Amino acid sequence: MALIEVKSLEKIYVDGDVRTPGLNGVDLAINEGEFVAIIGPSGSGKSTLLQILGVLDRPSGGEYIFNGHNITEYSDDQLAHIRNKEMGFVFQAFNLLPKLTVLENVKLPLIYARLSEEERDKRARDMVSLVDLNDRVDFKTTKLSGGQKQRVAIARALVNNPKVIFADEPTGSLDSKSGEIIMSFLQDLHSQGNTIILVTHESYVAECAERILHIKDGLIDRDEKVQNRRLIAKQGFFK
Amino acid sequence: MAITGLSTNKTRSALTILGIVIGISSIILVMSIGQSAQKLIVDQVQGLGSTNVFIIPGRQPEGFSDGSSTLLADSLKERDLKDLTKKSNVPNAAKITGMVFTPASVNYDSETYNATVLGADPRLFDLFQVDIARGTNITDEDVAQKSDVIVIGTTVAEKLFGLADPIGEKIKIKDKYFRVVGLMAEKGQAVFVNFDEAVVAPVSTIQQYVLGIKYYHRVVVVADTVENIPDVVSDIKAVLRSNHNITDPDKDDFFIQTQADLVDTVSLITNILTILLSSVAAISLVVGGIGIMNIMFVSVTERTREIGLRKALGATNKDILTQFLVEAIIFTVSGGLVGIFLGTALAYAATFSINHLTTTNFPFAFSYLGAFLGVFVSSAIGFIFGIFPARKAAQKSPIEALRYE
Repeated sequence: MALIEVKSLEKIYVDGDVRTPGLNGVDLAINEGEFVAIIGPSGSGKSTLLQILGVLDRPSGGEYIFNGHNITEYSDDQLAHIRNKEMGFVFQAFNLLPKLTVLENVKLPLIYARLSEEERDKRARDMVSLVDLNDRVDFKTTKLSGGQKQRVAIARALVNNPKVIFADEPTGSLDSKSGEIIMSFLQDLHSQGNTIILVTHESYVAECAERILHIKDGLIDRDEKVQNRRLIAKQGFFK
Repeated sequence: MAITGLSTNKTRSALTILGIVIGISSIILVMSIGQSAQKLIVDQVQGLGSTNVFIIPGRQPEGFSDGSSTLLADSLKERDLKDLTKKSNVPNAAKITGMVFTPASVNYDSETYNATVLGADPRLFDLFQVDIARGTNITDEDVAQKSDVIVIGTTVAEKLFGLADPIGEKIKIKDKYFRVVGLMAEKGQAVFVNFDEAVVAPVSTIQQYVLGIKYYHRVVVVADTVENIPDVVSDIKAVLRSNHNITDPDKDDFFIQTQADLVDTVSLITNILTILLSSVAAISLVVGGIGIMNIMFVSVTERTREIGLRKALGATNKDILTQFLVEAIIFTVSGGLVGIFLGTALAYAATFSINHLTTTNFPFAFSYLGAFLGVFVSSAIGFIFGIFPARKAAQKSPIEALRYE
């Protein structure tokens, strides 16, 4: 059984009288443990697809079956619960809260999971250590470099032990060295059995995944297995 | 978590809660001063003895009145006083005294002073706790003999005699000469009369030679205990109704005021004044609340991305609503606490200066009700004016919020 399954997924943006199609009937299945890259030019609908798969947005038509449940008609609160427990997000703009420390940022999802402070602290510290930021644990996130910020975001995405991690252009705001470190983290996570869905417009980033979905005009144009997978730990981006 | 949002812009936050601070502190100030004034007046009234029962001639006036109309009523006669004095008629009466009073000019040599002339018996001095500083008091004998003796207040003595000794001198009221036998100790205002500006002579003498009347302006009965006041009141009514041939209580030609009635009236007036002034101060709270609402709306817009992120991480609408509502309430309650502190300090400063600029012993009273009300009202304002911005924040869709630049 697929972890994620969508059928005839449509999204139409309505702004006044103007109707802009985002997705035009996407059929897709992603299994647990896969590392999928979604690639396409700007305006192709790749980010829209990611947002709907991550239940940040609702489709205009079609069905979404997540982990065996049809969640198309779920309430806002049910979707918030799924985002909290089953999904982790990494954004291009990091989206950390600047007033909080590294540790407090990583704890945020655990607050909404209603865990005890003791449990939150323990789990968040484990995650910070996983992304090698132990020496920055009580720093305000404004004091961190871009690469470090994105590692905090990864720690935050992982802290609730989700079923799937969504990454929207995670290297888009980083220099190539920091980008390599982030991709290497994602590959490590994948090798440990995590499901990762990544959006990018750079083919060398997409080649780090196992499977690439080419999106064009709101449809899946091509769905291919990666032949010569780029292993960052060994090769880096450009070797 | 909620605190982080508030510290984002310290100057803005401080200016916004200023409205609440001013509103709450003025309410606290008004309530505290009101309570002090009430305490001062009630203490004075009660200082006269809580067992006093005043019999006033004439019909009970409707609403508030200065009581001057009752001075013309002639229903309290010598016979009434005699019958009330009989132990069998009013068994719980400890003391009874009848009195008359009138403003009149008092003359000595070429000096003239406009004093309050009281006609009374020795029990008046017990009743109002007035001491004789020098000389002697008037006696029951003087009352029986209609003697021309008089006791004078300190201000009267100073104006008429300066530094000279007034004892033994003769002063003139209307065409009657009185011999000064005593000087009252300084007393000041005691409810309706300032004893320093008064002279006291036997009631019978004043009735006959100064006023030319045969009735009393007031009769005061002192009950033996506070518990027996209702019995005393009904006994008095029975005696007077039988003396005046009254069968219908609606046609009473006298009315009775107890100390408790007086305290109730005073409290009612000060309470009404306090409520009135507090309501004016409350308007500033509404203005302050609107300021809070305005700044909360700005804050919600500024923090759109944060709201989106929190929702992406699993915050429900209720979580966001609670967060912003708690922020608003922390905001207004902290303003309320500052206001309570400031209002109390101002009230203390006000009572301090009143005490130093005047001779009144104005007590400082911390209004616990005001403090409780301040906390309650400020949190209510946070809730009322925070709910709309908080709802706006809660209803943002996570992706719309994340996309916001």
